[in-house]
Amino acid sequence: MTGRIRVRRFGADSIALAATLTVLVGVTIGGFFLLDLKGLNLGQATAKMFHDLGIMFFSPGADHFTLPEMGWGLLFTLALGLLTTVIGAIPALVLGLLAARNLGPAWLSWLLRGFVAFVRAVPTVLWVLIFAVGAGLGSVAAVVGMTFHSFGYLLKAFSESFEELDEGTLEALKATGASWLSIVTQAVIPSSLAAITSWTFLRFEINFTTAVAMGAAAGAGGVGFDLFMASGFYFNLHEVGLLTWGILATAVMLEWGATRLRDTARVRS
Amino acid sequence: MTRRVEQVFRDRNLMLWGLLVTLAVVVWLSALITEFDFGDGLASFPRALGWLVANFVPNQRALNNLPSILNRLGETVVVSVMATVLAALLAFGLALLGSRTTRPHPLFTPVVRAIGSLGRNIPVVAWAMIFLLAFGQTFVTGLLALLLESVGFLTRSFLEITDETAAEPVEGLRATGAGWGTVVAQAVVPTLLPSLTSWMLFMLETNIRSATLVGLLTGTGIGFSFDLYYKSLNYPSAALVTICIVVVVLVLEALSNALRKVIL
Repeated sequence: MTGRIRVRRFGADSIALAATLTVLVGVTIGGFFLLDLKGLNLGQATAKMFHDLGIMFFSPGADHFTLPEMGWGLLFTLALGLLTTVIGAIPALVLGLLAARNLGPAWLSWLLRGFVAFVRAVPTVLWVLIFAVGAGLGSVAAVVGMTFHSFGYLLKAFSESFEELDEGTLEALKATGASWLSIVTQAVIPSSLAAITSWTFLRFEINFTTAVAMGAAAGAGGVGFDLFMASGFYFNLHEVGLLTWGILATAVMLEWGATRLRDTARVRS
Repeated sequence: MTRRVEQVFRDRNLMLWGLLVTLAVVVWLSALITEFDFGDGLASFPRALGWLVANFVPNQRALNNLPSILNRLGETVVVSVMATVLAALLAFGLALLGSRTTRPHPLFTPVVRAIGSLGRNIPVVAWAMIFLLAFGQTFVTGLLALLLESVGFLTRSFLEITDETAAEPVEGLRATGAGWGTVVAQAVVPTLLPSLTSWMLFMLETNIRSATLVGLLTGTGIGFSFDLYYKSLNYPSAALVTICIVVVVLVLEALSNALRKVIL
C-alpha cells in the first residue's frame, strides 16, 4: 500500500534523480573494493604526498633550467594555446553559420554536428598522437591535433549562439530581400560578437591547459615538457613546485580575463 | 544625420580592421615562437587524414585484445565516477562554508574561493605529475588528480548555485527558528539537488575525457592501453581503443542530456 502512495508522490524526475545518485554512489563504493592497489601502502604514500606538497609549494627552486628559460617555456605554451584557438576558430565560425539550424539547410546542420560530436569525443591527446604518426612529433602535430579539437568545440558553441538570434529579425531581413551574406555580416555576426568572443577566450583558457598536457604527454615542448622532465626524469620536487607556481599564475590570469569578458558580454546583451 | 551614421560605420570598420590586424600579428608571433610552419601544417593535414583512413582501422587481430581493452576502459570509467562523486561531496561542504546564505562566518568565503581556484587552475596533468611521485603507477594517482581538478570546478559552480537559489528557502526556514543542520537538510539539499546532480554529470563527462590523458601519463586505465599499442606500432589495436573511448563518451553524453531533461 505504502508503495503506491510513494509512486504518486514522487514523479519521474525524483525517480531519475534517485537512480542517478544511487548508481554513482554505488560505483564509487564498489571502486574501492574492485580496483588494484598493486601493493601500495596507502598510509605511507599519503604521508609522502603531504611531504611532497610541502616541498613543492613552499620551497620551489630550479636546477636544470634558469628562470628566463622557464619564462620562455610558459610563453611557448601560451603561444601554442593561442595559435590553435585562432586557427580552429576561423573554420568553426564559417561552418558554424552553416550548422546553425536557422541559417543553413537541415541536412548540412545534422551532418556537421554529427561530425564535430565525433571529433570532440576523441580526447585531444589522442588526436595529437594520431597526427604525430602522419606529420612527425613536435609542434606541427600538436598544433594540428589541438586545432582539430578546438574546431569541434567552437563549431558547436558558435552555431548554438547563432541559433539564439531572434527569429523575427531574421524574417524581417529576409522580407527586405537581403542576401544570405548580408544577413550574416550585418545581423548575425554583430549580434553574436559578444558570445563569439567569450567562447573563443574560454577555449584559449582550455587550450593553455591542453598545451601544458601536450608538452608532458606528446613531446610538444614548452612548460609541460619541463614539468614532465622534473617529475618523471629528475624526480626534483623543487622544480615541480616552481613550474606549478608558474602555470598556476598564468592560468589564474587567463581565468580572470575570461571572467571579465563573460561579464561584459552579459552586460551588453 | 547622415554624416553621423557614416561616422558610426567608419568607426566600426576601423575597429574591426584594428582587431583583425592585431590578431594576425599575435598569431604570426605565436607561430614564430612555436616554430610552426603554416605550409607544413596545411600539407600535413590531408596526409595525416589519409594515413588515418588507411592504417588506423581495427582488424581481426585487434579484436582479440577487446576483452583487455574493455577491462581497462571499465577501470577508467570507475575512477572517473569515484573522482566526480568524492569531489562533489567535498565541493558541497566547501560551498556550504563559503556561500553567503549558509556560511558560519564571512571570512570563510575568500578561503573557499582560493581553494577552488587552486584546484582548477593547476592543470590536471600537473596534479598527476605531482601525485605520481607518491602513489606511483596506481589508480590512486589519477583519482587524486581528477579529484582536485573537479573540486576546483565544482566548488565554484556549487557556490554560485547556493548563492543564487538557496537564499529564499533558507530565509523562510530560518524565520521558524530552525538550526543550521535543519536548514541545510530541509532547505538547501532539496532545493539544490537537481542542479548539483546536473553539474556532477557534466563533470563526469569532462573527467572521462581527462582520464585518458591522465592514464597515459600515469600508466593506468585506458590511457595505458592506448600508449602500449601506440608505442609498439600496433595501430589497429590503438584504433580499437580510440573507438571504444568515443562510444563511451558519446553514450555518456546522450545519457546525461536525457537525464538532465527529466531532472531539471
